[in-house]
Amino acid sequence: MLWSDLEFFDPWREIERMEKVLSRLTARSRVEFPAVNLWLNGDEAVVTTELPGIEPGNIDISVIGKSLTLRGSRQTEEAKEGESYHRRERWYGKFSKKIELPFNVDADKVTAKYSKGVLTLHLPRAEAEKPRKISIAAE
Amino acid sequence: MAETTKEIKKKEAKSPERAERTRSRRLYRPDVDIIEKDAEIVLIADMPGVDEKSVDITLEKNVLTIHGCVEPEVPEKLKLAESEYGVGDYERAFTLSDEIDREKIQATVKNGVLKLILPKAEAARARKIEVKAEA
Repeated sequence: MLWSDLEFFDPWREIERMEKVLSRLTARSRVEFPAVNLWLNGDEAVVTTELPGIEPGNIDISVIGKSLTLRGSRQTEEAKEGESYHRRERWYGKFSKKIELPFNVDADKVTAKYSKGVLTLHLPRAEAEKPRKISIAAE
Repeated sequence: MAETTKEIKKKEAKSPERAERTRSRRLYRPDVDIIEKDAEIVLIADMPGVDEKSVDITLEKNVLTIHGCVEPEVPEKLKLAESEYGVGDYERAFTLSDEIDREKIQATVKNGVLKLILPKAEAARARKIEVKAEA
């Protein structure tokens, strides 16, 4: 056993850790709107989300460190007086969603594309964070 | 808070609406709004990933079917780490009443939203009858 294991063993911390894992499991079954798909490799992350019928200017994207926030709203066509809904299933109103990425993002190099109602974000990993190979100098 | 934490899930179409499919792709049932107006019925469907070339609208007897084909875009050299929604085609069918003027149905697609305008036949339009005061 390493000395550090002894020093830091704290049952409360273990419980906290378990709680975190559990809340992550339950959170998974309830997806906050809008649903996103996340693709990763060592150099970048790609986030896609379906936001049909929004003007691209009405989507607010912000990146700070590891977190990405998407905000926006959509107004659907309202029935005027004398008109009636037979169905009203489409979502409307405001949304806000925060996505935690596994690495810091170079916020200046983030690109966003909106096409056919699908938003695609390319988030390059911050240069300073990329894994570096350390070579051993021979004596 | 209720507004910001709403949950909208894509609904999978339960069964092929008419026949067995030849494409092994997931099939979703798009959410729609249908508004009845004076002279027309407007049908709006959320179909992200669809454009004007990949949507098919067929009218057979009384059944209007909307179908959208989606080509999934997979970023190159990346691995899917988290998936909260699935990508697939869309299909949904509606039964129309006789009051629709079939020749004049219009369809447009913008930003992944399909809008269908179904004009009512002249005979079916609600007419306003003016009541005049007796002289």
